[in-house]
Amino acid sequence: MTAFLGRRLVESLIVLLVMSFVVYGLIGLMPGDPIDLMVTADPHLTPADLVRLKALYGLDQPLLERYWNWLTAALGGDLGYSRLFALPVEAILLPRLANTLTLMGLAFAAAALIALPGAMLAARRPGGLADGAVNLAAFAGISLPPFWLAILLIMLFAVALGWLPAGGMGSGSLASTARHLALPVLALTLASVGGHLRYLRASLIEALRADHIRTARAKGLSEPQVIWRHALRNALIPYVTILALDFGTLFSGALITETIFGWLGMGKTIYDAIMGNDYNLALVGLLLATTTVLLANLLADLAYAWLDPRVSYR
Amino acid sequence: MRLILLVLALLVGALASPPAARAGGTLTIGLTQYPATLNPNIESMLAKVYVEGMTLRPLTAYDQDWKPVCMVCTELPDLAKGTAQLETTPDGRKGIAVTYSLQPDATWGDGTPVTTDDVKFTWEVGRNPNSGVSNFELYKRIYKLDVLDAKRFTFHLDRVDFDYQSAGDFRLLPAHIERPIFEADPAQYRFRTAFDSDPTNPGLAFGPYKIVSLTPGSEIVLARNPTWWGEKPFFDRVVLRTIENTAALEANLLSGSIDMIAGSLGLSLDQALAFEKRHGDAYRVIYKPRLVYEHLAPNLDNPILADLKVRQALLLGADRETISKQLFAGKQPVADSSVSPLDWIYDPDVEHYPYDPARAGRLLDEAGWHRGPGGIRRNDKGEPLRLSLMTTAGNRSRELVEQVLQAQWKQLGIEVTIKNEPARVFFGQTVTQRAFPGLAMFAWLSSPENVPRTTLYCDQIPTAENHWAGQNVQGYCNKDMDRLIDAIETELDRDKRKALWARLQARYAETLPALPLYWRADPYVLPKWLEGVRPTGHQNPTTLWIENWRRKDG
Repeated sequence: MTAFLGRRLVESLIVLLVMSFVVYGLIGLMPGDPIDLMVTADPHLTPADLVRLKALYGLDQPLLERYWNWLTAALGGDLGYSRLFALPVEAILLPRLANTLTLMGLAFAAAALIALPGAMLAARRPGGLADGAVNLAAFAGISLPPFWLAILLIMLFAVALGWLPAGGMGSGSLASTARHLALPVLALTLASVGGHLRYLRASLIEALRADHIRTARAKGLSEPQVIWRHALRNALIPYVTILALDFGTLFSGALITETIFGWLGMGKTIYDAIMGNDYNLALVGLLLATTTVLLANLLADLAYAWLDPRVSYR
Repeated sequence: MRLILLVLALLVGALASPPAARAGGTLTIGLTQYPATLNPNIESMLAKVYVEGMTLRPLTAYDQDWKPVCMVCTELPDLAKGTAQLETTPDGRKGIAVTYSLQPDATWGDGTPVTTDDVKFTWEVGRNPNSGVSNFELYKRIYKLDVLDAKRFTFHLDRVDFDYQSAGDFRLLPAHIERPIFEADPAQYRFRTAFDSDPTNPGLAFGPYKIVSLTPGSEIVLARNPTWWGEKPFFDRVVLRTIENTAALEANLLSGSIDMIAGSLGLSLDQALAFEKRHGDAYRVIYKPRLVYEHLAPNLDNPILADLKVRQALLLGADRETISKQLFAGKQPVADSSVSPLDWIYDPDVEHYPYDPARAGRLLDEAGWHRGPGGIRRNDKGEPLRLSLMTTAGNRSRELVEQVLQAQWKQLGIEVTIKNEPARVFFGQTVTQRAFPGLAMFAWLSSPENVPRTTLYCDQIPTAENHWAGQNVQGYCNKDMDRLIDAIETELDRDKRKALWARLQARYAETLPALPLYWRADPYVLPKWLEGVRPTGHQNPTTLWIENWRRKDG
């Protein structure tokens, strides 16, 4: 197991290094740099200002040289300053990573908690009434555009009923944070639960066709016992894979939710950093997102061993 | 008896006039942008200027009537009064010395008086090329500073401009806080400035409000500044909440999370029009035409567009009045040149191009473009009259205007292909590097009596050699226009200058360096109980007069 973890760690570091180069290069290839964008907003800037500012921000150097400077500084612990927030990059990103993980974690847990009984209900009689209802709900969730759903929730719960705040982060107290989290979590849950239901349902139906399930039924076990004890564990293996892969897409899904609800998270920060040519912030933000996805996949690998005793890591 | 009369008088008085609103409470303003930095001299952003209208004040500004006024100074320098004097610069050019006095009671929020030491420090920071100050040229122009006493100083400017009174955009920095940070490492100043590392330090504000808390990217909370020398502001606190999605911004307003939406940082015009229809009884929507000039820039390297007759035909063949009426409910007035009708230099006699497709057709015939098969005009070589039209993808208003123009010009026999790009690509490369082959639709930002040097002067055409600086992206070069620009900049007599401006506008209409469309309007969505908000329509925000904002009833 230790050898496996060590190997995965080395692989992850290589992935991060390659990612940093690719992302830096891609941002560098985008048209316009921060000074070009500044010029379009300030007609008083002269060619002399332009040259001076480009040199000051190091934008007059070749891309490779800029990347190398960034990499050596980052390895020395200096991740640089954010151009958009005029603060050290880690001071911006770490609280936002925590915000995103809270939002995503709660939405993930809520979606899984809804999907699990829903899929079990549907898989018992594929094509039956319950299955039809679950499928309908799942497709409705998948089809709803997240931005529209978010606005709809605001109009209902904040404007019409006045129960919950329309957006923002709250005052910092637990109660206030919970109230401000409610709508974004609900929006993300409703948007993702459909996918979870479909994956889990399909996986359970497949598992329920296995020989050992027929044996369990022949032994006289009740249907809930058959599903809970014998089918679910096998069905969870492909579901865990999907969950781990889905973790990355939630960063982009959370972008819309974060923008509409004014929740300060990673998705929105990375998007703004890329659009605003904030190299340091975009790069470190994307690397943090990559690390989170790599970590989620590592946890998924470990979960396989727990779910299926035949799996072992060396 | 006297007592009874007094009581009666008081009762009548109380019944006759509504109760005066009690000062206090919180005003929450919704914005779509959060300032990248709070240092007043690094980067220029609308959101920052809006916030700092409440916490700081520039030396001078344009007021709501577009007149220059003192904000931190007591009186504008004047040649007639001797506070401005013509002089010769050390290199033998004509220069001018302007003397200002700072407000006697101006004090930073920590009790430190605002003095000429702050002026000197700000000037030193501005003149250091490594400090990160964006408009370095302004500080270079102030080649010498004389400190006369703690409150009086003289700037020596290296050229005589008509706007010598306004001191550009000089914004004071607190020397007692910022000097040690700057002197430790000028190149790192832009990262270490206390405006970003310690933004709630009261010593960074001398306006009616100071920052008391903030969440970067989300919210800034202001409270009254006890050291403010002017009229006490009405509200105890002002909260600025950033909500970038305009649909969510609207929902926040309706839910009561915010009280108002700032004009230039709020709803789009079509959103505001729809909002007014639905909620006009509960909110007041003010549409203020702003100094944002929407136009079509022709690439004059394109031989078709280099022909003035074609440009005139394009303008005559565009029904701009109907576009303004139908798409913008008439809130965005049609433009005739780059000078706003709200500016005192505007000439009402400037040539207006009405919608006249018959005249447009005749001009195209004269230019050698005749109707061919399929209705598209062709020249003698059989080449079709085909133009590309570009703008920012996803900007609904612009895309609608594009479609109307495409249809109207097709009637004239001009084939227009629309090719839009994301704003980032469009402004970051296509416009700045003049890579648009035909017409580009976008806006120019300006200020009152803004001389169009960067957009019309021959030497302002962006090229690889000048690192794509300058905004004359159409590639227009007219020596007569250059002479007019030079003359306007140095003419100090208002009447003579107005005559020069009339000539410039006439020249603009004659030569059409760009095809004017309309003046963009900012919608301000305000609660009906709020009064005193007067949108300016120029770069100085309404918040510079926040002390006049108040609740109508208690």
